[in-house]
Amino acid sequence: MMSSTFDTVANIIAETCDIPREKIQPESHAIDDLGIDSLDFLDIAFAIDKAFGIKLPLEQWTQEVNDGKATTEQYFVLKNLCARIDGLVAAKGA
Amino acid sequence: MRIEYFQLIDRIVDLDLDGRTIRVDAQVPHESTIFEGHFPGHPLMPGVLLIEAMAQAAGWLVLAVTKFERMAFLAAVKEAKLRSFVTPGQLLSIEAKVLHEGSGYAMTKASVTVNGKLTCESELTLRIMPFPDPRLRATMEEVAGRIGFPMKAPTDG
Repeated sequence: MMSSTFDTVANIIAETCDIPREKIQPESHAIDDLGIDSLDFLDIAFAIDKAFGIKLPLEQWTQEVNDGKATTEQYFVLKNLCARIDGLVAAKGA
Repeated sequence: MRIEYFQLIDRIVDLDLDGRTIRVDAQVPHESTIFEGHFPGHPLMPGVLLIEAMAQAAGWLVLAVTKFERMAFLAAVKEAKLRSFVTPGQLLSIEAKVLHEGSGYAMTKASVTVNGKLTCESELTLRIMPFPDPRLRATMEEVAGRIGFPMKAPTDG
């Protein structure tokens, strides 16, 4: 994970959801630890999409979690979210 | 405008799928029970209905973009401004544009103009999901026909 990805995401979350920046850590779970709900996450997704020029596949992730094929940790623990962002950015450049 | 049925849009005037913009007309009725209560002696189109009208314009745009395969639901209203009173009988010209198409949501911006004057504006977040009930889709198709929604162009395009 590139640290700059985490910094960008953490700053977006801090600003969008009015959460103190120091509370936001790579191990933080956006939903369970930071208390971000699905509607607030849309604003975060919007800002992430814009900042990185990608489209977070939120519907696919939600479907996978609902179907029991993935856990929320895989997508919403911030270091995992950042790794997926890096993957989407890399795929875009490929 | 069938205000009691929350069907606020009368006519799609312009739809630009490439530019992701829409312009619609909505005629505020001269009479409605709503105006008897809101307010006695000073009838006004309720501000929440102006916001709803903007959401419906943005929603029709999203329906066009998604080729009528999915429904849009209002999820967030941001920085809504109601700049002046709207009274019975006035014609609303509503514009909406998609700022960002996300996965399962769209960020949009809409405004209402009355007699060439900007009257309200807001940024609106819409959730986009499959039609939850076939009756809803059927009703939307029926309204689409009435307001001049180009069913053919988006589906063929």
